[in-house]
Amino acid sequence: MRIFFCILYAAITIALIVVLDMPLTMGGTKTPRLGYFLSPQKGFWQNAEAADAKFNGNLRLTGLQGKTEVYFDDRLVPHVYADNDADAYFVEGYLHAKFRLWQMEFQTYAAAGRLSEIFGDSANGTSFLNIDIYFRRLGMVYGAEKSLKAMEADANTKQALDAYTAGVNAYINTLDEASYPLEYKLLDYAPEPWTNLKSALFLKYMSYDLTGGDNDFELTNAKTIFSKEQFEKLFPYGQDSVQTIIPKGTPFVKPGITLKIPATVDSLYFNYKDTIKLTEKPVKPNPDNGSNNWAVSGIKTKSGRPILCNDPHLGLNLPSLWYEIQLSTPTYNVYGVSFPGSPAIIIGFNDSCAWGVTNAGRDVKDYYEITFQDSTESHYLYNYEWKKAGIRKEVIKIKGKPDHVENIPLTIWGPVMYDKSYGNPSKNGKAYAIHWTAHDESNELRTFIMLDRARNLDDYKNAISTFKNPGQNFLFASKHGNIAIEEEGNFPAKWRRQGDFVMPGKDSSYAIQNIPDSENIMLVNPPRGFLSSANQYPYDTTYPYYMGGIDYEYFRPNIINRNLASMQNITPGDMERLQTDNYNLMAEMARPPLLKYLDTSSLSGDEKKYLAIFTSWNLRNDGNEQGPTVFKLWWDSLKYCMYNDEFSRTDLYLPEVANETLLRALRKDSLYEFADDINTPKKETVRDIVTASFKKTIPVLQDAEKNGRLVWGTFKNSGIRHLLKIPSLSRLHLFSGGGDDIINAYTQFHGPSWRMVVQLTDETEAYGLYPGGQSGNPGSKYYDTFIDKWLVGQYYPIHIFKKQDIEKQQNLLGVITFSK
Amino acid sequence: MKFIVAILLTAALGFAAPLYLPWWSFAFTSALVALAVHQKAWKAFVAGFAGLFLLWGCLAFFIDMNNNHLMLNKIAGIFGLSGFLLIIITGIVGGLVSGFAALTGSFARRLR
Repeated sequence: MRIFFCILYAAITIALIVVLDMPLTMGGTKTPRLGYFLSPQKGFWQNAEAADAKFNGNLRLTGLQGKTEVYFDDRLVPHVYADNDADAYFVEGYLHAKFRLWQMEFQTYAAAGRLSEIFGDSANGTSFLNIDIYFRRLGMVYGAEKSLKAMEADANTKQALDAYTAGVNAYINTLDEASYPLEYKLLDYAPEPWTNLKSALFLKYMSYDLTGGDNDFELTNAKTIFSKEQFEKLFPYGQDSVQTIIPKGTPFVKPGITLKIPATVDSLYFNYKDTIKLTEKPVKPNPDNGSNNWAVSGIKTKSGRPILCNDPHLGLNLPSLWYEIQLSTPTYNVYGVSFPGSPAIIIGFNDSCAWGVTNAGRDVKDYYEITFQDSTESHYLYNYEWKKAGIRKEVIKIKGKPDHVENIPLTIWGPVMYDKSYGNPSKNGKAYAIHWTAHDESNELRTFIMLDRARNLDDYKNAISTFKNPGQNFLFASKHGNIAIEEEGNFPAKWRRQGDFVMPGKDSSYAIQNIPDSENIMLVNPPRGFLSSANQYPYDTTYPYYMGGIDYEYFRPNIINRNLASMQNITPGDMERLQTDNYNLMAEMARPPLLKYLDTSSLSGDEKKYLAIFTSWNLRNDGNEQGPTVFKLWWDSLKYCMYNDEFSRTDLYLPEVANETLLRALRKDSLYEFADDINTPKKETVRDIVTASFKKTIPVLQDAEKNGRLVWGTFKNSGIRHLLKIPSLSRLHLFSGGGDDIINAYTQFHGPSWRMVVQLTDETEAYGLYPGGQSGNPGSKYYDTFIDKWLVGQYYPIHIFKKQDIEKQQNLLGVITFSK
Repeated sequence: MKFIVAILLTAALGFAAPLYLPWWSFAFTSALVALAVHQKAWKAFVAGFAGLFLLWGCLAFFIDMNNNHLMLNKIAGIFGLSGFLLIIITGIVGGLVSGFAALTGSFARRLR
């Protein structure tokens, strides 16, 4: 009997351990291994950092050449003093890994189409396999491999990458299952060694985020559904009154490329009626990805020296995309924000100058229709011949399931994104190859490594001259007093409307060369005393090449320039106020025509009340205003009422009409043809639509008011979400102003991801912060430290410390020395 | 007295073993304690349970105090629990495995 009980209890013990040591399925999601996760010696408790934690250490690591000292200031920003350049990157890698390992690896898994390895093919209703297939077919790994080749061909970038990778791995090698970052424990997997390719993948992810969106299929459908005149009205090229980055009238260089419009352009392109209904929804980056930057020269500042400002608008996540750091070696001294995942500092300043970037937003991603000879997809038609296609085999590993294999044909244009096996299974057998400048061999890292070391305008020019993708507006200011800007990148030299629609891949005359770098115009020290960019057209439409794109920004550049033009005696404090300004230029322009068209005689009760809120609104998207809520709802409703009847005639994907386009129609075209609701016999006027759209918002406004959400700060319901979108690891329901098309571009989960103001006085005066914290560990008090200050538009002073000065600081959080 | 010794030994060895071995390695030490310290079966179970319940519960409690409850509240939020309950559950999970391991050890002793 005793032996029976002994075996029984042994069996119960083992069963308990087995169950507690495997992920369980609960309500559709997998739990961590609960025994491991709850163990105070191994699990999440180990990630609960002591509130008074200090960050000290004395590390001896192979791979280092000399000595490096790291001083953590009171915000946990490391100030790194290395004996040589390679060691600085080694330590940067180590620190990125120490504070941000999970996010940097997770982002490279996403870029490489490997999420199924972590999550299985689907979880919580998200098909990770579909996302992975999309990124593989998009050629993310293909592009990263080509970038890596270029980066490793350059001795400087190779040295930086090698040292960085060694530093990341030096940290990973210290880890065991008790010290893994929390998310590994939650998702039950382990970090793998870092590689240079992973850094390339991370940078490629930024290319995807900033140039991976396109509207080619949507525009191709729109071209087929609408008349040419309607199409031009809905998706016009150019904006009359936008302030381009390079002001109108600046002379262009004589074009080095003579654009030859193909003889077949009417039959095979413009009048080629085709509709494309992809069965796989593209994984598009957020269309709001953009940024502001501006610089004012000494003639406009109180100090007589330039001030440079930058705030890149990206998805706001925890852990943050950015990590603040100072790197000092005998050859240079730089401070700014870095990407965990890549060596160098991306946006920042050094002892001589400062720089910032905004996204160019040019259309650098196009599609060519491919005609395959047969279903084997081994040959495709090109200039009346069957040309052999290459093949790229992508193996996607899936947790708990057999591998999925994608065989992707490679054409002269690029990889085949959609074909019968993916996205376009219809019988017509059409396939579409993607041509994307992110697939070109390029070395973007070189630019940042050189900018970190730039001493003057020439260094800046040299640094940016090789930058290809994602095309950026590189803004520069120096202590010599110079300010400069250039939209730099590989931009296709297109004829008007080239690449807006899918192009015929069988005809080589549709190929696109890149615009020579000399034809990207640099503006230096303009007489008006300031430079700016905010994702608008870089040049007006007299630029010799078509710039494509249907979502260039209109409002932010114009309001920024209006402010800068009128400002004098500018201080860094003035620049902070401008960077966080909530003035709504779009509302300023839209309110008069909206009120003009609105039939007020038909309004009653609550309609009048909400109209009064709108009419008396101060046009600011401040958190405590009610006007922005009324305006936002009315505008969205108007857009819907104006276009939905025409657009819903088909179930095809169509592009969205830009706000500026609708606004221009309201201001200039009282007989706007899209006002008519084509589903009614009556002929509606703009007045009818404006009035009806206003009335439709009333129930939403009443509901918001009932729930205490009428003020913009709560209505917008902003947050900063953990990358896994787990609510309790996120900061949600944050009260804040700002919004789309506002300088302070904080929408619900997207906005200024780093705010920086640098005055280039002899002693640099700089301010900045990002909405996050230096530690990626949700169990650390440094996880979200900066958010509250960021929300109310305040800044931290930031310093490039000399080593002898930081040694004297009283409030350091620790010192780590690294040596070989 | 034996009972208290068993609890303390269970806790001490249950702390030491996972320093080098997987989280569940305390099951062996808890069984060994029950094997070495002769008690009635139910007492062995309670001592085994209490040893790990107290160890894990106290470790969790002090880690949480030092952490100002940051992590506790976040993880409790993920599972929809209160923070206090999460500490108790942590203790119970360790306690249960340890208790049954001790029971096994206690019956193994009687086989001789």
